[in-house]
Amino acid sequence: MENKKAKKRSMTMEVCQRLAKNKMAMLGLAILIVLVLCAVFADVIADYETKVVAQNIANRLKGPSAEHWFGTDEFGRDIFARIIHGSRVSLVVGLISVSVSLIAGGCLGAFAGFYGGKIDNVIMRVMDIFLAVPSTLLAMTIVAALGSSLINVMLAIGISGIPNYARIVRAAVMSVKDQEFVESSRAIGASSMTTIFREIIPNCMAPIIVQVTLSVASAILSTASLSFIGLGVQPPDPEWGAMLSGGRNFLRDAVHLTLFPGLAIVITILALNLLGDGLRDALDPRLKQ
Amino acid sequence: MHKYVIKRLIMLIPVVIGVSFLVFFIMSLAPGDTARTILGEDAPIEAIEALNEELGLNDPVLIRYGRYMMGLAHGDLGTSYKSGRSVFTEVMSRFPDTLKLAFWGMLFAVVLSIPIGIISATRQYSLIDSVSMVFALLGVATPNFWLGLMLIIGFSLHLRWFPSGGSEGWKALVLPVITLGTGCMANITRTTRSSMLEVIRQDYIRTAKAKGVNSRNVIYKHALKNALIPVVTVIGLQFGSLLGGAVLTEAVFSWPGVGTFLVNSIKAKDTPAVLGCVIIFSICFSIVNLCVDILYAYIDPRIKSKYK
Repeated sequence: MENKKAKKRSMTMEVCQRLAKNKMAMLGLAILIVLVLCAVFADVIADYETKVVAQNIANRLKGPSAEHWFGTDEFGRDIFARIIHGSRVSLVVGLISVSVSLIAGGCLGAFAGFYGGKIDNVIMRVMDIFLAVPSTLLAMTIVAALGSSLINVMLAIGISGIPNYARIVRAAVMSVKDQEFVESSRAIGASSMTTIFREIIPNCMAPIIVQVTLSVASAILSTASLSFIGLGVQPPDPEWGAMLSGGRNFLRDAVHLTLFPGLAIVITILALNLLGDGLRDALDPRLKQ
Repeated sequence: MHKYVIKRLIMLIPVVIGVSFLVFFIMSLAPGDTARTILGEDAPIEAIEALNEELGLNDPVLIRYGRYMMGLAHGDLGTSYKSGRSVFTEVMSRFPDTLKLAFWGMLFAVVLSIPIGIISATRQYSLIDSVSMVFALLGVATPNFWLGLMLIIGFSLHLRWFPSGGSEGWKALVLPVITLGTGCMANITRTTRSSMLEVIRQDYIRTAKAKGVNSRNVIYKHALKNALIPVVTVIGLQFGSLLGGAVLTEAVFSWPGVGTFLVNSIKAKDTPAVLGCVIIFSICFSIVNLCVDILYAYIDPRIKSKYK
Protein backbone atom coordinates (compact mmCIF):
# COMPACT_ATOMS: atom_id res chain seq x y z
CA MET A 1 0.00 0.00 0.00
CA GLU A 2 2.79 2.39 1.02
CA ASN A 3 4.68 1.40 -2.11
CA LYS A 4 1.67 2.01 -4.32
CA LYS A 5 1.16 5.47 -2.80
CA ALA A 6 4.84 6.27 -3.19
CA LYS A 7 4.77 5.17 -6.82
CA LYS A 8 1.64 7.22 -7.52
CA ARG A 9 3.17 10.25 -5.83
CA SER A 10 6.38 9.89 -7.73
CA MET A 11 4.58 9.63 -11.07
CA THR A 12 2.52 12.74 -10.32
CA MET A 13 5.66 14.52 -9.17
CA GLU A 14 7.45 13.49 -12.35
CA VAL A 15 4.65 14.91 -14.50
CA CYS A 16 4.61 18.13 -12.42
CA GLN A 17 8.37 18.47 -12.74
CA ARG A 18 8.23 17.98 -16.49
CA LEU A 19 5.38 20.52 -16.66
CA ALA A 20 7.30 23.01 -14.51
CA LYS A 21 10.22 22.86 -16.96
CA ASN A 22 7.94 23.90 -19.82
CA LYS A 23 8.06 27.71 -19.78
CA MET A 24 5.12 28.19 -22.15
CA ALA A 25 2.91 25.86 -20.08
CA MET A 26 3.90 27.75 -16.93
CA LEU A 27 3.00 31.01 -18.64
CA GLY A 28 -0.40 29.53 -19.52
CA LEU A 29 -0.87 28.32 -15.95
CA ALA A 30 0.08 31.73 -14.52
CA ILE A 31 -2.44 33.50 -16.79
CA LEU A 32 -5.10 30.98 -15.78
CA ILE A 33 -4.42 31.49 -12.08
CA VAL A 34 -4.84 35.25 -12.56
CA LEU A 35 -8.08 34.63 -14.45
CA VAL A 36 -9.45 32.33 -11.77
CA LEU A 37 -8.55 34.89 -9.09
CA CYS A 38 -10.31 37.61 -11.11
CA ALA A 39 -13.39 35.40 -11.39
CA VAL A 40 -13.39 34.51 -7.68
CA PHE A 41 -12.79 38.06 -6.45
CA ALA A 42 -14.80 39.80 -9.20
CA ASP A 43 -17.14 41.41 -6.67
CA VAL A 44 -14.19 42.74 -4.69
CA ILE A 45 -12.50 44.18 -7.80
CA ALA A 46 -15.65 45.82 -9.22
CA ASP A 47 -19.14 46.07 -7.79
CA TYR A 48 -21.66 44.20 -9.95
CA GLU A 49 -24.66 46.45 -9.41
CA THR A 50 -23.01 49.84 -9.81
CA LYS A 51 -20.28 49.17 -12.38
CA VAL A 52 -21.42 46.16 -14.40
CA VAL A 53 -25.18 46.50 -14.80
CA ALA A 54 -26.12 50.07 -13.86
CA GLN A 55 -26.34 52.41 -16.85
CA ASN A 56 -24.81 55.86 -16.79
CA ILE A 57 -25.55 57.62 -20.07
CA ALA A 58 -23.41 60.66 -19.14
CA ASN A 59 -20.38 58.34 -19.23
CA ARG A 60 -21.20 56.57 -22.52
CA LEU A 61 -18.43 55.59 -24.99
CA LYS A 62 -15.61 57.11 -22.96
CA GLY A 63 -12.13 55.98 -24.03
CA PRO A 64 -9.65 54.30 -21.69
CA SER A 65 -8.66 56.56 -18.78
CA ALA A 66 -7.37 56.34 -15.21
CA GLU A 67 -10.96 56.11 -14.00
CA HIS A 68 -12.12 53.57 -16.59
CA TRP A 69 -9.08 51.51 -17.59
CA PHE A 70 -10.74 49.96 -20.66
CA GLY A 71 -13.24 52.80 -21.25
CA THR A 72 -17.03 52.60 -21.08
CA ASP A 73 -19.66 51.08 -23.35
CA GLU A 74 -22.71 52.59 -25.05
CA PHE A 75 -24.60 52.53 -21.74
CA GLY A 76 -21.77 54.09 -19.76
CA ARG A 77 -20.82 50.82 -18.04
CA ASP A 78 -17.19 50.17 -17.16
CA ILE A 79 -15.71 47.70 -19.68
CA PHE A 80 -12.93 46.55 -17.34
CA ALA A 81 -15.51 45.66 -14.66
CA ARG A 82 -17.63 43.82 -17.24
CA ILE A 83 -14.61 41.87 -18.50
CA ILE A 84 -13.68 40.87 -14.95
CA HIS A 85 -17.23 39.67 -14.25
CA GLY A 86 -17.34 38.13 -17.74
CA SER A 87 -14.41 35.91 -16.76
CA ARG A 88 -16.69 34.37 -14.15
CA VAL A 89 -19.31 33.54 -16.80
CA SER A 90 -16.73 32.17 -19.24
CA LEU A 91 -14.98 29.96 -16.69
CA VAL A 92 -18.25 28.65 -15.25
CA VAL A 93 -19.63 27.84 -18.72
CA GLY A 94 -16.32 26.27 -19.71
CA LEU A 95 -16.10 24.05 -16.65
CA ILE A 96 -19.75 23.00 -16.47
CA SER A 97 -20.15 22.28 -20.16
CA VAL A 98 -16.93 20.27 -20.21
CA SER A 99 -18.16 18.37 -17.12
CA VAL A 100 -21.37 17.49 -19.01
CA SER A 101 -19.32 16.26 -22.00
CA LEU A 102 -16.84 14.43 -19.81
CA ILE A 103 -19.38 12.61 -17.64
CA ALA A 104 -21.76 11.63 -20.46
CA GLY A 105 -19.14 11.05 -23.16
CA GLY A 106 -16.71 9.42 -20.75
CA CYS A 107 -19.29 6.90 -19.49
CA LEU A 108 -20.47 6.09 -23.03
CA GLY A 109 -16.89 5.72 -24.27
CA ALA A 110 -15.93 3.57 -21.27
CA PHE A 111 -18.90 1.21 -21.77
CA ALA A 112 -18.25 1.01 -25.52
CA GLY A 113 -14.57 0.26 -25.02
CA PHE A 114 -15.02 -2.14 -22.13
CA TYR A 115 -17.95 -4.24 -23.37
CA GLY A 116 -17.17 -4.05 -27.11
CA GLY A 117 -19.40 -5.93 -29.57
CA LYS A 118 -22.94 -4.72 -30.07
CA ILE A 119 -22.86 -2.17 -27.25
CA ASP A 120 -19.75 -0.61 -28.74
CA ASN A 121 -21.28 -0.64 -32.21
CA VAL A 122 -24.55 1.01 -31.16
CA ILE A 123 -22.90 3.69 -29.02
CA MET A 124 -20.26 4.59 -31.57
CA ARG A 125 -22.70 4.72 -34.50
CA VAL A 126 -24.85 7.14 -32.50
CA MET A 127 -21.70 9.17 -31.78
CA ASP A 128 -20.86 9.13 -35.51
CA ILE A 129 -24.22 10.78 -36.18
CA PHE A 130 -23.43 13.48 -33.63
CA LEU A 131 -20.01 13.94 -35.23
CA ALA A 132 -21.58 14.38 -38.67
CA VAL A 133 -23.04 17.69 -37.46
CA PRO A 134 -20.34 20.35 -37.02
CA SER A 135 -20.21 21.05 -33.25
CA THR A 136 -20.92 24.80 -33.51
CA LEU A 137 -24.01 24.06 -35.59
CA LEU A 138 -25.15 21.36 -33.17
CA ALA A 139 -24.80 23.78 -30.25
CA MET A 140 -26.72 26.43 -32.22
CA THR A 141 -29.51 23.96 -32.98
CA ILE A 142 -29.82 22.95 -29.32
CA VAL A 143 -29.89 26.59 -28.16
CA ALA A 144 -32.41 27.37 -30.92
CA ALA A 145 -34.66 24.63 -29.58
CA LEU A 146 -34.23 25.22 -25.87
CA GLY A 147 -33.98 29.02 -25.94
CA SER A 148 -31.17 31.43 -25.11
CA SER A 149 -30.03 31.23 -21.50
CA LEU A 150 -26.83 30.50 -19.65
CA ILE A 151 -27.96 27.01 -18.61
CA ASN A 152 -29.07 26.11 -22.13
CA VAL A 153 -25.77 27.34 -23.56
CA MET A 154 -23.85 25.14 -21.10
CA LEU A 155 -26.08 22.19 -21.95
CA ALA A 156 -25.75 22.78 -25.71
CA ILE A 157 -21.97 23.05 -25.64
CA GLY A 158 -21.78 20.09 -23.24
CA ILE A 159 -23.91 17.88 -25.49
CA SER A 160 -21.98 18.85 -28.63
CA GLY A 161 -18.75 17.80 -26.90
CA ILE A 162 -19.99 14.31 -25.89
CA PRO A 163 -18.82 12.43 -29.04
CA ASN A 164 -15.23 13.64 -28.70
CA TYR A 165 -14.98 12.32 -25.14
CA ALA A 166 -16.70 9.08 -26.07
CA ARG A 167 -14.08 8.50 -28.76
CA ILE A 168 -11.10 9.43 -26.62
CA VAL A 169 -12.19 7.44 -23.55
CA ARG A 170 -13.15 4.45 -25.69
CA ALA A 171 -9.72 4.41 -27.33
CA ALA A 172 -8.00 4.81 -23.95
CA VAL A 173 -10.10 2.04 -22.34
CA MET A 174 -9.43 -0.32 -25.25
CA SER A 175 -5.71 0.26 -24.89
CA VAL A 176 -5.64 -0.87 -21.24
CA LYS A 177 -8.57 -3.25 -20.83
CA ASP A 178 -6.55 -6.37 -21.67
CA GLN A 179 -3.73 -5.58 -19.27
CA GLU A 180 -2.98 -7.75 -16.28
CA PHE A 181 -4.23 -5.40 -13.59
CA VAL A 182 -7.68 -5.43 -15.21
CA GLU A 183 -7.66 -9.22 -15.39
CA SER A 184 -6.64 -9.47 -11.74
CA SER A 185 -9.38 -7.04 -10.73
CA ARG A 186 -11.94 -9.26 -12.43
CA ALA A 187 -10.32 -12.40 -11.01
CA ILE A 188 -10.84 -11.16 -7.45
CA GLY A 189 -14.54 -10.72 -8.24
CA ALA A 190 -14.80 -6.97 -8.87
CA SER A 191 -17.92 -5.97 -10.80
CA SER A 192 -17.67 -4.46 -14.28
CA MET A 193 -18.50 -1.00 -12.89
CA THR A 194 -15.78 -1.25 -10.24
CA THR A 195 -13.30 -2.47 -12.83
CA ILE A 196 -14.15 0.37 -15.23
CA PHE A 197 -14.26 3.24 -12.76
CA ARG A 198 -11.68 2.11 -10.17
CA GLU A 199 -9.11 0.33 -12.31
CA ILE A 200 -9.40 1.30 -15.97
CA ILE A 201 -10.37 4.99 -15.94
CA PRO A 202 -7.64 6.10 -13.47
CA ASN A 203 -5.11 4.36 -15.71
CA CYS A 204 -6.13 6.23 -18.84
CA MET A 205 -6.40 9.72 -17.43
CA ALA A 206 -3.56 11.26 -19.49
CA PRO A 207 -5.46 11.84 -22.76
CA ILE A 208 -8.58 12.81 -20.79
CA ILE A 209 -6.78 15.52 -18.78
CA VAL A 210 -5.30 17.00 -21.95
CA GLN A 211 -8.67 16.92 -23.70
CA VAL A 212 -10.38 18.61 -20.73
CA THR A 213 -7.93 21.52 -20.81
CA LEU A 214 -8.34 22.01 -24.54
CA SER A 215 -12.14 21.55 -24.35
CA VAL A 216 -12.54 24.31 -21.75
CA ALA A 217 -10.89 26.61 -24.30
CA SER A 218 -13.23 25.56 -27.10
CA ALA A 219 -16.25 25.77 -24.77
CA ILE A 220 -15.35 29.38 -23.89
CA LEU A 221 -14.96 30.10 -27.60
CA SER A 222 -18.32 28.47 -28.42
CA THR A 223 -20.05 30.45 -25.66
CA ALA A 224 -18.62 33.68 -27.02
CA SER A 225 -19.66 32.65 -30.56
CA LEU A 226 -23.23 31.89 -29.52
CA SER A 227 -23.49 35.14 -27.54
CA PHE A 228 -22.01 37.08 -30.47
CA ILE A 229 -24.87 36.04 -32.76
CA GLY A 230 -27.41 36.69 -30.02
CA LEU A 231 -28.06 33.05 -29.01
CA GLY A 232 -26.04 32.87 -25.82
CA VAL A 233 -25.90 34.92 -22.65
CA GLN A 234 -28.42 37.75 -22.83
CA PRO A 235 -27.84 41.40 -21.88
CA PRO A 236 -27.25 42.97 -19.44
CA ASP A 237 -25.24 39.97 -18.14
CA PRO A 238 -21.55 40.51 -18.90
CA GLU A 239 -20.20 37.96 -21.37
CA TRP A 240 -17.24 38.56 -23.66
CA GLY A 241 -18.95 37.46 -26.91
CA ALA A 242 -22.07 39.50 -26.13
CA MET A 243 -19.86 42.53 -25.35
CA LEU A 244 -18.18 42.13 -28.75
CA SER A 245 -21.56 41.94 -30.42
CA GLY A 246 -22.65 45.15 -28.68
CA GLY A 247 -19.46 46.89 -29.80
CA ARG A 248 -20.08 46.15 -33.50
CA ASN A 249 -22.17 49.28 -33.90
CA PHE A 250 -19.34 51.49 -32.69
CA LEU A 251 -16.37 50.14 -34.66
CA ARG A 252 -15.46 53.51 -36.12
CA ASP A 253 -15.67 55.68 -33.01
CA ALA A 254 -15.09 53.36 -30.05
CA VAL A 255 -12.66 50.56 -30.91
CA HIS A 256 -12.15 49.77 -27.22
CA LEU A 257 -15.63 48.23 -27.07
CA THR A 258 -14.49 45.37 -29.31
CA LEU A 259 -10.77 45.38 -28.66
CA PHE A 260 -10.67 44.53 -24.96
CA PRO A 261 -13.33 41.77 -24.76
CA GLY A 262 -11.68 40.14 -27.80
CA LEU A 263 -8.27 40.30 -26.17
CA ALA A 264 -9.74 38.72 -23.04
CA ILE A 265 -10.98 35.77 -25.12
CA VAL A 266 -7.66 35.43 -26.99
CA ILE A 267 -5.58 35.49 -23.79
CA THR A 268 -7.81 32.94 -22.04
CA ILE A 269 -7.85 30.52 -24.98
CA LEU A 270 -4.11 30.97 -25.48
CA ALA A 271 -3.43 30.21 -21.81
CA LEU A 272 -5.58 27.07 -21.89
CA ASN A 273 -3.97 25.88 -25.13
CA LEU A 274 -0.45 26.47 -23.78
CA LEU A 275 -1.29 24.53 -20.63
CA GLY A 276 -2.99 21.77 -22.64
CA ASP A 277 0.03 21.39 -24.94
CA GLY A 278 2.36 21.40 -21.92
CA LEU A 279 0.30 18.75 -20.14
CA ARG A 280 0.33 16.58 -23.25
CA ASP A 281 4.12 16.80 -23.42
CA ALA A 282 4.47 16.19 -19.67
CA LEU A 283 2.13 13.19 -19.63
CA ASP A 284 3.65 11.64 -22.73
CA PRO A 285 7.28 12.76 -23.10
CA ARG A 286 7.64 10.64 -26.27
CA LEU A 287 5.51 13.24 -28.08
CA LYS A 288 7.95 16.03 -27.26
CA GLN A 289 10.90 14.03 -28.46
CA MET B 1 -11.55 1.58 -55.23
CA HIS B 2 -14.82 2.34 -57.06
CA LYS B 3 -16.57 -0.22 -54.87
CA TYR B 4 -15.26 1.55 -51.78
CA VAL B 5 -16.47 4.95 -53.00
CA ILE B 6 -19.92 3.55 -53.82
CA LYS B 7 -20.05 1.79 -50.44
CA ARG B 8 -19.16 5.03 -48.66
CA LEU B 9 -21.74 6.96 -50.69
CA ILE B 10 -24.40 4.43 -49.68
CA MET B 11 -23.27 4.81 -46.07
CA LEU B 12 -24.17 8.50 -46.32
CA ILE B 13 -27.85 7.48 -46.32
CA PRO B 14 -27.95 6.25 -42.69
CA VAL B 15 -25.90 9.29 -41.68
CA VAL B 16 -28.46 11.62 -43.29
CA ILE B 17 -31.30 9.68 -41.64
CA GLY B 18 -29.52 9.81 -38.27
CA VAL B 19 -28.66 13.51 -38.54
CA SER B 20 -32.17 14.43 -39.65
CA PHE B 21 -33.65 12.44 -36.74
CA LEU B 22 -31.25 14.02 -34.25
CA VAL B 23 -31.90 17.58 -35.44
CA PHE B 24 -35.65 16.98 -35.88
CA PHE B 25 -35.87 15.58 -32.35
CA ILE B 26 -33.88 18.49 -30.88
CA MET B 27 -36.04 21.04 -32.71
CA SER B 28 -39.21 19.30 -31.51
CA LEU B 29 -38.10 20.08 -27.95
CA ALA B 30 -38.59 23.79 -28.67
CA PRO B 31 -41.10 25.23 -26.24
CA GLY B 32 -43.91 27.47 -27.46
CA ASP B 33 -46.51 27.31 -30.15
CA THR B 34 -45.14 27.39 -33.71
CA ALA B 35 -48.45 28.58 -35.18
CA ARG B 36 -48.51 31.45 -32.69
CA THR B 37 -44.96 32.34 -33.69
CA ILE B 38 -46.02 32.47 -37.36
CA LEU B 39 -49.32 34.29 -36.89
CA GLY B 40 -48.22 36.59 -34.07
CA GLU B 41 -49.15 36.93 -30.42
CA ASP B 42 -52.52 38.60 -31.14
CA ALA B 43 -53.81 35.90 -33.52
CA PRO B 44 -57.17 34.31 -32.57
CA ILE B 45 -57.02 30.84 -31.01
CA GLU B 46 -59.13 29.34 -33.84
CA ALA B 47 -56.62 30.51 -36.45
CA ILE B 48 -53.73 29.14 -34.38
CA GLU B 49 -55.41 25.76 -34.00
CA ALA B 50 -56.28 25.65 -37.69
CA LEU B 51 -52.68 26.38 -38.69
CA ASN B 52 -51.34 23.79 -36.25
CA GLU B 53 -53.67 21.25 -37.85
CA GLU B 54 -52.71 22.34 -41.37
CA LEU B 55 -48.99 22.03 -40.62
CA GLY B 56 -49.55 18.70 -38.89
CA LEU B 57 -48.03 20.01 -35.68
CA ASN B 58 -50.66 18.26 -33.53
CA ASP B 59 -49.31 14.83 -34.61
CA PRO B 60 -46.76 12.90 -32.52
CA VAL B 61 -43.06 13.60 -33.22
CA LEU B 62 -42.42 10.27 -34.94
CA ILE B 63 -45.28 10.75 -37.40
CA ARG B 64 -44.07 14.27 -38.17
CA TYR B 65 -40.57 12.92 -38.63
CA GLY B 66 -41.82 10.17 -40.96
CA ARG B 67 -43.63 12.78 -43.05
CA TYR B 68 -40.51 14.95 -43.11
CA MET B 69 -38.37 12.02 -44.26
CA MET B 70 -40.81 11.19 -47.04
CA GLY B 71 -40.40 14.76 -48.23
CA LEU B 72 -36.62 14.63 -47.81
CA ALA B 73 -36.45 11.49 -49.95
CA HIS B 74 -38.00 13.59 -52.72
CA GLY B 75 -35.63 16.50 -52.14
CA ASP B 76 -38.26 18.47 -50.22
CA LEU B 77 -36.90 20.12 -47.07
CA GLY B 78 -40.25 21.63 -46.14
CA THR B 79 -41.57 25.16 -46.36
CA SER B 80 -40.09 28.10 -44.49
CA TYR B 81 -42.53 29.47 -41.91
CA LYS B 82 -41.11 32.94 -42.40
CA SER B 83 -41.00 33.34 -46.18
CA GLY B 84 -43.49 30.68 -47.21
CA ARG B 85 -40.99 29.48 -49.85
CA SER B 86 -39.44 26.02 -50.18
CA VAL B 87 -36.51 25.62 -47.75
CA PHE B 88 -34.55 23.79 -50.46
CA THR B 89 -34.91 26.79 -52.79
CA GLU B 90 -34.03 29.21 -49.99
CA VAL B 91 -30.90 27.26 -48.99
CA MET B 92 -29.76 26.54 -52.54
CA SER B 93 -30.11 30.18 -53.60
CA ARG B 94 -27.60 31.09 -50.86
CA PHE B 95 -25.43 27.98 -51.03
CA PRO B 96 -23.07 29.15 -53.84
CA ASP B 97 -22.07 32.19 -51.74
CA THR B 98 -21.29 30.04 -48.69
CA LEU B 99 -19.45 27.50 -50.84
CA LYS B 100 -17.40 30.30 -52.42
CA LEU B 101 -16.44 31.58 -48.96
CA ALA B 102 -15.62 28.10 -47.63
CA PHE B 103 -13.61 27.16 -50.74
CA TRP B 104 -11.45 30.29 -50.73
CA GLY B 105 -11.11 30.14 -46.93
CA MET B 106 -9.81 26.59 -47.09
CA LEU B 107 -7.57 27.33 -50.08
CA PHE B 108 -6.09 30.32 -48.24
CA ALA B 109 -5.47 28.11 -45.19
CA VAL B 110 -3.94 25.18 -47.08
CA VAL B 111 -1.77 27.19 -49.48
CA LEU B 112 -0.16 29.12 -46.64
CA SER B 113 -0.09 26.57 -43.84
CA ILE B 114 1.61 23.61 -45.53
CA PRO B 115 4.72 25.53 -46.74
CA ILE B 116 4.96 27.35 -43.38
CA GLY B 117 4.68 24.04 -41.52
CA ILE B 118 7.38 22.47 -43.70
CA ILE B 119 9.77 25.40 -43.27
CA SER B 120 9.16 25.41 -39.51
CA ALA B 121 9.91 21.69 -39.25
CA THR B 122 13.02 21.76 -41.43
CA ARG B 123 14.40 24.78 -39.55
CA GLN B 124 13.30 23.76 -36.07
CA TYR B 125 14.06 26.31 -33.30
CA SER B 126 15.10 28.96 -35.87
CA LEU B 127 13.62 32.47 -35.80
CA ILE B 128 11.23 31.63 -38.63
CA ASP B 129 10.02 28.55 -36.72
CA SER B 130 9.45 30.54 -33.52
CA VAL B 131 7.63 33.36 -35.33
CA SER B 132 5.38 31.01 -37.28
CA MET B 133 4.56 28.97 -34.17
CA VAL B 134 3.65 32.12 -32.22
CA PHE B 135 1.35 33.13 -35.10
CA ALA B 136 -0.11 29.62 -35.21
CA LEU B 137 -0.80 29.71 -31.46
CA LEU B 138 -2.44 33.11 -31.78
CA GLY B 139 -4.40 31.95 -34.81
CA VAL B 140 -5.85 29.01 -32.87
CA ALA B 141 -6.74 31.27 -29.93
CA THR B 142 -8.32 34.10 -31.90
CA PRO B 143 -12.10 33.90 -32.39
CA ASN B 144 -12.76 34.43 -36.09
CA PHE B 145 -15.59 36.90 -35.48
CA TRP B 146 -13.24 39.12 -33.46
CA LEU B 147 -10.52 38.86 -36.10
CA GLY B 148 -13.16 39.87 -38.66
CA LEU B 149 -14.09 42.96 -36.65
CA MET B 150 -10.43 43.93 -36.22
CA LEU B 151 -9.84 43.51 -39.98
CA ILE B 152 -12.87 45.71 -40.70
CA ILE B 153 -11.52 48.41 -38.36
CA GLY B 154 -8.03 48.28 -39.90
CA PHE B 155 -8.56 47.61 -43.59
CA SER B 156 -12.06 48.85 -44.19
CA LEU B 157 -12.78 51.77 -41.88
CA HIS B 158 -9.25 53.24 -41.62
CA LEU B 159 -7.33 52.22 -44.75
CA ARG B 160 -10.49 51.83 -46.91
CA TRP B 161 -8.83 49.07 -48.93
CA PHE B 162 -11.66 46.56 -48.75
CA PRO B 163 -15.42 46.79 -48.18
CA SER B 164 -16.77 45.80 -44.75
CA GLY B 165 -19.73 43.86 -46.12
CA GLY B 166 -21.49 42.43 -49.17
CA SER B 167 -20.31 39.82 -51.65
CA GLU B 168 -19.80 41.74 -54.89
CA GLY B 169 -16.36 41.50 -56.51
CA TRP B 170 -13.08 40.01 -55.34
CA LYS B 171 -12.40 42.83 -52.88
CA ALA B 172 -15.44 41.85 -50.84
CA LEU B 173 -14.01 38.35 -50.56
CA VAL B 174 -10.59 39.25 -49.09
CA LEU B 175 -11.47 40.06 -45.47
CA PRO B 176 -14.06 37.26 -45.00
CA VAL B 177 -11.61 34.72 -46.47
CA ILE B 178 -8.79 35.80 -44.13
CA THR B 179 -11.24 35.77 -41.20
CA LEU B 180 -12.50 32.31 -41.99
CA GLY B 181 -9.20 30.77 -43.04
CA THR B 182 -6.89 31.98 -40.25
CA GLY B 183 -8.02 29.50 -37.58
CA CYS B 184 -7.78 26.59 -40.02
CA MET B 185 -4.41 27.82 -41.23
CA ALA B 186 -3.07 27.86 -37.68
CA ASN B 187 -4.26 24.32 -36.97
CA ILE B 188 -2.96 22.92 -40.26
CA THR B 189 0.42 24.66 -39.76
CA ARG B 190 0.85 23.06 -36.34
CA THR B 191 -0.12 19.63 -37.64
CA THR B 192 2.15 19.90 -40.71
CA ARG B 193 5.09 20.93 -38.53
CA SER B 194 4.68 18.12 -35.98
CA SER B 195 4.00 15.53 -38.68
CA MET B 196 7.04 16.62 -40.70
CA LEU B 197 9.22 16.62 -37.56
CA GLU B 198 8.22 13.03 -36.92
CA VAL B 199 8.88 11.93 -40.50
CA ILE B 200 12.23 13.68 -41.05
CA ARG B 201 13.70 11.70 -38.15
CA GLN B 202 12.85 8.36 -39.75
CA ASP B 203 15.57 6.02 -40.98
CA TYR B 204 14.48 6.16 -44.62
CA ILE B 205 14.98 9.94 -44.65
CA ARG B 206 18.46 9.48 -43.18
CA THR B 207 19.14 6.84 -45.85
CA ALA B 208 17.96 9.15 -48.62
CA LYS B 209 20.25 11.89 -47.32
CA ALA B 210 23.15 9.44 -47.01
CA LYS B 211 22.63 8.38 -50.61
CA GLY B 212 23.18 11.99 -51.65
CA VAL B 213 19.61 12.94 -52.60
CA ASN B 214 19.43 16.71 -52.47
CA SER B 215 17.57 18.10 -49.47
CA ARG B 216 14.76 19.62 -51.55
CA ASN B 217 13.92 16.19 -52.99
CA VAL B 218 14.24 14.58 -49.56
CA ILE B 219 11.70 17.02 -48.13
CA TYR B 220 9.21 17.21 -50.98
CA LYS B 221 9.43 13.70 -52.46
CA HIS B 222 10.22 11.50 -49.47
CA ALA B 223 9.12 13.30 -46.31
CA LEU B 224 6.10 15.37 -47.34
CA LYS B 225 4.13 12.51 -48.87
CA ASN B 226 4.51 10.49 -45.68
CA ALA B 227 3.68 13.44 -43.47
CA LEU B 228 0.52 14.32 -45.38
CA ILE B 229 -1.88 11.74 -43.87
CA PRO B 230 -2.43 13.55 -40.54
CA VAL B 231 -2.46 16.87 -42.39
CA VAL B 232 -5.23 15.68 -44.72
CA THR B 233 -7.16 14.35 -41.70
CA VAL B 234 -6.93 17.74 -40.02
CA ILE B 235 -7.98 19.51 -43.23
CA GLY B 236 -11.10 17.31 -43.34
CA LEU B 237 -11.90 17.94 -39.68
CA GLN B 238 -11.24 21.64 -40.09
CA PHE B 239 -13.89 21.75 -42.78
CA GLY B 240 -16.46 21.17 -40.02
CA SER B 241 -15.21 24.16 -38.04
CA LEU B 242 -15.03 26.09 -41.30
CA LEU B 243 -18.77 25.53 -41.79
CA GLY B 244 -19.46 26.62 -38.20
CA GLY B 245 -17.07 29.53 -38.68
CA ALA B 246 -18.80 30.48 -41.93
CA VAL B 247 -21.98 31.17 -39.94
CA LEU B 248 -20.10 33.67 -37.74
CA THR B 249 -18.04 35.16 -40.57
CA GLU B 250 -21.19 35.69 -42.60
CA ALA B 251 -22.76 37.42 -39.60
CA VAL B 252 -19.76 39.78 -39.29
CA PHE B 253 -19.56 40.69 -42.98
CA SER B 254 -23.30 40.55 -43.78
CA TRP B 255 -22.41 37.86 -46.31
CA PRO B 256 -25.62 36.66 -47.99
CA GLY B 257 -24.96 32.93 -47.43
CA VAL B 258 -26.61 29.97 -45.73
CA GLY B 259 -25.03 30.96 -42.37
CA THR B 260 -26.84 34.31 -42.27
CA PHE B 261 -30.04 32.55 -43.32
CA LEU B 262 -29.55 29.99 -40.53
CA VAL B 263 -29.01 32.63 -37.83
CA ASN B 264 -32.06 34.61 -39.01
CA SER B 265 -34.12 31.41 -39.10
CA ILE B 266 -33.06 30.49 -35.55
CA LYS B 267 -34.07 33.95 -34.31
CA ALA B 268 -37.41 33.70 -36.15
CA LYS B 269 -37.98 30.15 -34.78
CA ASP B 270 -38.33 28.94 -38.37
CA THR B 271 -37.89 25.22 -37.58
CA PRO B 272 -38.00 23.81 -41.16
CA ALA B 273 -35.39 26.35 -42.30
CA VAL B 274 -33.05 25.54 -39.37
CA LEU B 275 -33.50 21.84 -40.00
CA GLY B 276 -32.82 22.22 -43.73
CA CYS B 277 -29.65 24.30 -43.20
CA VAL B 278 -28.18 21.89 -40.62
CA ILE B 279 -28.93 18.86 -42.80
CA ILE B 280 -27.34 20.48 -45.87
CA PHE B 281 -24.26 21.49 -43.85
CA SER B 282 -23.97 17.98 -42.37
CA ILE B 283 -24.23 16.34 -45.80
CA CYS B 284 -21.46 18.67 -47.03
CA PHE B 285 -19.29 17.78 -44.03
CA SER B 286 -19.85 14.04 -44.62
CA ILE B 287 -18.99 14.38 -48.33
CA VAL B 288 -15.78 16.23 -47.46
CA ASN B 289 -14.85 13.46 -45.01
CA LEU B 290 -15.51 10.91 -47.75
CA CYS B 291 -13.23 12.90 -50.10
CA VAL B 292 -10.55 12.89 -47.37
CA ASP B 293 -10.79 9.11 -47.07
CA ILE B 294 -10.45 8.76 -50.84
CA LEU B 295 -7.50 11.15 -50.83
CA TYR B 296 -5.72 8.88 -48.31
CA ALA B 297 -5.61 6.21 -50.98
CA TYR B 298 -3.87 8.52 -53.43
CA ILE B 299 -1.34 9.68 -50.85
CA ASP B 300 -0.57 6.27 -49.36
CA PRO B 301 -0.44 3.22 -51.70
CA ARG B 302 -0.72 0.89 -48.66
CA ILE B 303 -4.20 2.25 -48.01
CA LYS B 304 -5.09 1.97 -51.70
CA SER B 305 -4.09 -1.70 -51.74
CA LYS B 306 -6.62 -2.39 -48.95
CA TYR B 307 -9.46 -1.17 -51.15
CA LYS B 308 -8.56 -3.48 -54.06
